[in-house]
Amino acid sequence: MSSVKPLIPDDDAARLASAFSRRGFMGAGVAGGLMATPLFAAGAAHAQDAGAAEITVDQARTAPIPIVLPSLGSGVAQQITDVISADLGNCGLFRPISASMPQGTPPFATYKSMGARAVMTGKVVEQGSSLRVEFRLWDVLTGKQLQGTAYTAGSQDWRRIAHVIADVIYSRLLGEQGYFNSRIAYIARSGPRARQITRLAIMDQDGADSRYLTNGQWLTLTPRFNPANSELAFMSYANYRPRVYLFNLNTGQQRLLGDFTGISFAPRFAPNGQSVILSVTRGSGSDIFVVDLATMARRQITSSGAIDTSPSYSPDGSQIVFNSDRGGSQQLYIMSASGGEAKRISYGHGRYGSPVWSPRGDLIAFSRIANGSFSLGVMAPDGTGERILTEGFTVESPTFCPNGRVLAFCRQSSAGANGAGFATGINTIDITGFHERALPAGSSSDPAWSGLNK
Amino acid sequence: MKLKLFGAAGLALFLAACSDHANKNANTGAAMQQQVGPVPGSEADLVATAGDRVLFALNQNTLSSDAKATLDKQAAWLAKYPQVHVQIAGNCDDRGTEEYNIALGERRANAAHDYLVAKGVDASRITTISYGKDRPTAVGDDEASWAQNRNAITAVQ
Repeated sequence: MSSVKPLIPDDDAARLASAFSRRGFMGAGVAGGLMATPLFAAGAAHAQDAGAAEITVDQARTAPIPIVLPSLGSGVAQQITDVISADLGNCGLFRPISASMPQGTPPFATYKSMGARAVMTGKVVEQGSSLRVEFRLWDVLTGKQLQGTAYTAGSQDWRRIAHVIADVIYSRLLGEQGYFNSRIAYIARSGPRARQITRLAIMDQDGADSRYLTNGQWLTLTPRFNPANSELAFMSYANYRPRVYLFNLNTGQQRLLGDFTGISFAPRFAPNGQSVILSVTRGSGSDIFVVDLATMARRQITSSGAIDTSPSYSPDGSQIVFNSDRGGSQQLYIMSASGGEAKRISYGHGRYGSPVWSPRGDLIAFSRIANGSFSLGVMAPDGTGERILTEGFTVESPTFCPNGRVLAFCRQSSAGANGAGFATGINTIDITGFHERALPAGSSSDPAWSGLNK
Repeated sequence: MKLKLFGAAGLALFLAACSDHANKNANTGAAMQQQVGPVPGSEADLVATAGDRVLFALNQNTLSSDAKATLDKQAAWLAKYPQVHVQIAGNCDDRGTEEYNIALGERRANAAHDYLVAKGVDASRITTISYGKDRPTAVGDDEASWAQNRNAITAVQ
């Protein structure tokens, strides 16, 4: 039995909840925020246990944590239970066990004999147009309450409550922030391959609540969230002038970002949200620029004459990784965010592209192309420790979930004659290469994972 | 004309144009055969006279001798129709990453643009665009399809 250590403070649950007081324009309607209040263990002198026995993410990968998730009730209560169970089960680190809701003290001995480590209890009270969800998490081995919180929110926000609860369970049992209360922006695709209709779209990280943000009139690519999750930078071919635009998720308004002579593309927000880094074509190459969002002033940070593109910031904003063919073939480089000398970090077989820096700072994910086929991998920012996670005809556009443990990416299959057999979709994979899954997003590409919802 | 016309689509428009012409002349009794061949200075005329596209090798923007021959004919055709403006669209096969291919397509369009300008076409008559790997001409995934998709296509504006 490993030592007991405090994981997250009790008020983290409140902080996670208050992190999304607004859902914004494209949400299902804003009706105030989500309120979290502590629920103390009945009759227990020590109120709440400090935390569960420590289980690391690495341990949970090989032995998913068995957790009893009794139904919170019927109707929306069952739906909330199902979303919690899907979040925990689909991340690969938990093994949900269904049960009926215990009356009174949970039968820990029974759960223990089933192999369970934790149990959730609770109930859902519908109060007019709002919901109150009482949730408790218990350590089955000690019989102690790890967390007790009542969440109150508008009824339409039931999915958010479920994701917040799943995040609290993840945090309490694994000692790391979860990522379930987040969204993925992407490009929805339809129509024949030679002339696909592309729409900017957004969905919850589990594929629910998908909606289109643009009408498909113009080719639209590469959405990227700002750190506040309130705005997307993306590329549109509107009026046959391919350029980077900003889409405000609260108002639905779009605006052009900068007015460049060449094609502007490959945008990403700086970690402080105050600027966007992007590429602009010039002659036979492309340069990297930073555009200040307050002043729209631009600063050029590369001018190699080659193709420099796909810049992505380190989480502290001090460095960027990008790809360039300045050395003859497309490879990954890192450079100070203010420019200067670039250092090549990719030296494996093939070409490297679409790099993205993990929010933890420890990894850079990328696509590698060799012998006409793609691989998706990660390496340390100094280029060491390259690991291929998955391969395929096309696997590209990786994007990290908020805690850096999972990547979403675009997987495409090869087309036969007349384009038959071509398919494009969004998959997720653990950064160890474990547990690849397809998201139910239909024909799609260009995923961009938001931060935890605010 | 603000339509993007590539190859077969150009031909389709040409046929549609013939059909319109026939309709307009219907009550004069004029036969549709009066309009034979593409409208001078049109996209279809460019395709028939010079060829609208040049192809590139994998990851390259070098103009082959075939490509230069096509662009020479395009330059001559543009000299004949000085009022015509064109847009050159660069494209890539799907064996590259999305963002890199946008720049690579523009690099190809730019190679064709620079060649035409060197042959005397006024630069103000030519714009460029890149569709990366998002507007393939051939929709299969084999060497023959990829070869067709690495191109720069000149379209009458």
